[in-house]
Amino acid sequence: MIHAVRHEYHLDRPFLVQYGIWLQHAAHFDFGRSIRTQDPVWSDISSRLGLSLFLGIYATVITVLIGVPLGVLAAVRQRRLVDRVVVALSVVGVSTPAFASGVAFLYLFAVRFGWFPVFGAGSGVVGRIYHLALPAVALALTAMALVLKLTRAAVIGALEQDYIVFARARGLSERAVLVAYALRNAAIPIVTAAGAVLGALIAGAVLVEVAFTLPGVGSLLVESVEAKDVPMVQGLTVTIAVVIVIVNLLTDLAYLALDPRMRFGVGAA
Amino acid sequence: MSTDGAAVIVAPTRVGRRRSARLSIPIVLALLFLAAVVVLALVGSAVAPVNPKTQNLDATQLNPGSHFWFGTDTLGRDIFSRVLVGSRTAMLGPIIVALGAMLIGNTFGLMAGYRGGATDTVVMRAVDLMYALPPLLIAIVVGGIVGGGYWAAVAILVVLFSPYDARLIRGATLEQRDRPYVEAARTLGLPTRRIMLRHVWPNLLPLVVANTFLNFAFALVTLAGLSFIGIGVPPGTPDWGQMLADSRTLIFTNPWAALAPGGALVLTAVSMNLLGDWLYEHLSDRGRLR
Repeated sequence: MIHAVRHEYHLDRPFLVQYGIWLQHAAHFDFGRSIRTQDPVWSDISSRLGLSLFLGIYATVITVLIGVPLGVLAAVRQRRLVDRVVVALSVVGVSTPAFASGVAFLYLFAVRFGWFPVFGAGSGVVGRIYHLALPAVALALTAMALVLKLTRAAVIGALEQDYIVFARARGLSERAVLVAYALRNAAIPIVTAAGAVLGALIAGAVLVEVAFTLPGVGSLLVESVEAKDVPMVQGLTVTIAVVIVIVNLLTDLAYLALDPRMRFGVGAA
Repeated sequence: MSTDGAAVIVAPTRVGRRRSARLSIPIVLALLFLAAVVVLALVGSAVAPVNPKTQNLDATQLNPGSHFWFGTDTLGRDIFSRVLVGSRTAMLGPIIVALGAMLIGNTFGLMAGYRGGATDTVVMRAVDLMYALPPLLIAIVVGGIVGGGYWAAVAILVVLFSPYDARLIRGATLEQRDRPYVEAARTLGLPTRRIMLRHVWPNLLPLVVANTFLNFAFALVTLAGLSFIGIGVPPGTPDWGQMLADSRTLIFTNPWAALAPGGALVLTAVSMNLLGDWLYEHLSDRGRLR
């Protein structure tokens, strides 16, 4: 019996051989069977990946849609009341872990006011958006505070440049100056910070999924770690690493879209 | 901790010329709150009205009242006392993480920045590698699989936080390295170690102090997160993160059981962040005036 289990998990082979076997299988999305559920690891992960990706993209959209405009607002009204309030909010946002804000949101908006469901992930796109609103906002909070701070600093930096003075001298509207000149140039440092934001989002997603009892990849990681389900944890680690690599690649591509100077051939021509 | 902070804040008033260390109201509040948390961390178990571990199964899930100020949890333990005593794990771990990361990060940062060359390459590539790892996830996986509880989690965070410090200190050291005073010290034939520690490092202190406060806040939040998902402090320990996890289901009956530890956690982190930002602004301002 023991021998059979040892053999199944290749524990009777040398360490490096074990790793080789694992790599070979992993390349075919075969991460072995979960010790806890006995299901193939990849089928468990893929069935939960959708929810986590949805949550992550949802939170990213909230982060960008709220964080960037607030940052610009604070930069334009620098050292005025609006700026102070926004900066104060960002300090609170950075200091509030997603699970604490999550539980507070649950109490306020789900239990006290009853505007949102207490648990469940919803079905259909609209149902998902409605059911995941609280977790997504809780998750977005920290990232939003980071984006806000960076946007504010980048826009303040951009507004000091000569081309802004020149654009104003040409009689362009303040809105055109802000969007076409300040924000466009501020976009580069903002995108550079995407890595830090991504880290905050992924770590936060684990906590938020646990806080809202959502069946996503993050809660699966926590359950598997608690059960010391090594094949599952390995599979999850690889999956999360792949997501990180893909997002970083997209970030690099975003540079090319934002800044023509970085495109190949343009500089040479 | 609080005396350290106070000593540093007094310094600019003595030295500062143009902008003195004007304490704004939020900073005063943050200092007072942190002082209270530090005191509670030291004497919390003596002050707490009820033993935080005593279970009272006749009085579970009570609402806040005159005896139990924040009510009780599912096992009838007093939330107020547990929040007070919880300040201990909330202070102890993050202090060790912040100071440990400072020590390791400063050592490697100074060496990489000052010596340059191969040392710099080796240290910075190691830093790059660790930069790519999200600390919380690594702590979950390593802490969960290897076990070891709270202190293992603290040790893991020390290691994962140091690259951030190393990178920061290296940058600041590079800036100092070619200044005349360093050159003078070198001409006098002082040993490299002495120049790094006694001449360069004191000039980086504002940065180091401010960054340690910010690290503290981040460590507090991360450790609480680990306790929240059940990795970290052993079950039953009064710890803010764990209390939040235990009381998550109580939001229908006694929401205070979840809101009180969450509030304490957020207020402590906000105070630390405010103080860190404030120190950074004022101390680095002084540096620029020189």
